[in-house]
Amino acid sequence: MYTVTKNTKLISYVLMAIGLVAIVFGFTNDAHRAWPSLMVNNYFFLGISAFAIFFIALQYVSEAAWAIPFKRVAEGITSYFLVGGIIMLFIIVAGKLHWNHIWHWMADGIMDPNDEHYDPIIAGKEAYLNFPFFFIRAAAYIFGWWYAAKRLIALSRQEDTEGGLSSYKRSITLSAIFIVFFGYSSSMMAWDWIMSIDTHWFSTLFGWFVFSSMGVTGFTMIAMVAIVLKRKGYLEYVNENHIHDLGKWIFAFSILWTYMWFSQFMLIWYSNIPEEVTYYMARWDNYNALFWITSVINFIFPLLILMSRDSKRNFGYIMTVGVIVLIGHWCNVFLMIEPGVMKDHWHIGFTEIGMFAGFLGLFLFIVNKALTKAPLFVKNHPFADESIHHHI
Amino acid sequence: MSKKVIYGIFDDEEVLLNSVKEVRSKDISIKEVYSPFPIHGLDHALGLKRTRLAIAAFIYGCIGCATAIWLTYYIMILDWPMNIGGKPSFAYYLSMPAFVPVIFEMTVLFSAHLMVITYLFKCKLFPGQKTSSPDPRTTDDKFLMEIESDDDKTISTLLKKTGATEINVKEIA
Repeated sequence: MYTVTKNTKLISYVLMAIGLVAIVFGFTNDAHRAWPSLMVNNYFFLGISAFAIFFIALQYVSEAAWAIPFKRVAEGITSYFLVGGIIMLFIIVAGKLHWNHIWHWMADGIMDPNDEHYDPIIAGKEAYLNFPFFFIRAAAYIFGWWYAAKRLIALSRQEDTEGGLSSYKRSITLSAIFIVFFGYSSSMMAWDWIMSIDTHWFSTLFGWFVFSSMGVTGFTMIAMVAIVLKRKGYLEYVNENHIHDLGKWIFAFSILWTYMWFSQFMLIWYSNIPEEVTYYMARWDNYNALFWITSVINFIFPLLILMSRDSKRNFGYIMTVGVIVLIGHWCNVFLMIEPGVMKDHWHIGFTEIGMFAGFLGLFLFIVNKALTKAPLFVKNHPFADESIHHHI
Repeated sequence: MSKKVIYGIFDDEEVLLNSVKEVRSKDISIKEVYSPFPIHGLDHALGLKRTRLAIAAFIYGCIGCATAIWLTYYIMILDWPMNIGGKPSFAYYLSMPAFVPVIFEMTVLFSAHLMVITYLFKCKLFPGQKTSSPDPRTTDDKFLMEIESDDDKTISTLLKKTGATEINVKEIA
């Protein structure tokens, strides 16, 4: 069983305290800037934990054995999901109450032809982008994903005590249903929460772009938590073979992300249609440095560092790439959300970084707490023995 | 004493793998092992060096990338300047996004094809090549270990002891 040390607790408390100070400071100083910062940081960790649910389901559906030794790590990461989801719903409701102006289409009168703020393009999207439907959808994603995670974890715990194959078989059925639901809802989540910030603009592959970003951060977080626990002396069966496979996933998803990023960019750049190209003009003109940093470090570093077999088997390399990739994808989330809200008045200062620290602390606190609740090895999993002998 | 080649034939790959470990632990060098399918862990048991094909693939990819950059530059900018995407900049770095798919595809093409050719070349797999396997049953359900030595008696007993179902000894000139 895993126990949280005093130091680990202290770190998460300090980070949360910094976050709290940043939230108080941010909202009293400049609330217009603090809201999107809250959204960026909350979404970043929400995506990580949502992907961990997908990861667990994926292992069941593909009947894979390699990930069993650190399955409980992924389960621990999913425990953050509900907290992140509730904060997300709070941000959405706050948007409707006009506490924040993240979603431009929530503004009063924007869909009313007799109002001075009338916007015919946004009014044309009213059938999809109206608050009741938007809120119901958001609640459905969060509830659906959370419920799947809860059931999968419950079945896994049941397997620990009872053994046998029944919980494993039920997990496969549940995972298959969940993956179909997740396939649709993760794309819709991306359109709703992120793409509709730039209400006039749309991109057909945006859902997969967001999903691939979630994937990179999710795999990275699972690998980093597993390595940290391994270094502390837990996870006795995790060795370089398992980390090697996780490294392959980080590598592959970084390439997938680049592919999505570039496909979206190149088609818009090439066709040069005004309503599409404004999205990139806003990022190119006002966020130029960040735009380049994001696209380069999320591609070049994983590509060059994780290409060779030896580096994927080296815990230190994975940790280094992990930190770089997490920073890079945080910038990516920042670039997806901030330009539509803050236009050219963006900052990365104490409000943004402090809130990141706060959410990181909250994330670590919840994940650490969840990890203590069950043994770190699923001894009754049908593939437990196979996973111990995993060798590549 | 003349040099002999000993063929130990096995029915099961696990038995073969253990036998390989046993033989190698006695400092006897194994010339070759023939199997109908790849056996996990055999390369390691035989003490083979890791393949350098991956390094070759990386180099081929770099060559492909460079070729594609030169190709797009020559065709689209130098030889016959093209108006790309309605943006007649006629500068390579400004039109670069349009060339990325070409560069990517050429990198993959060079890397994949040259890697296959290298593999076939290194394994001496040319059209009309005769098999080097001493026993055609190794393409079906048997596993064969080939050892060259003067002392066929000890090796035969050792192979027999570690699970070989059949031993064939052949003299080589």
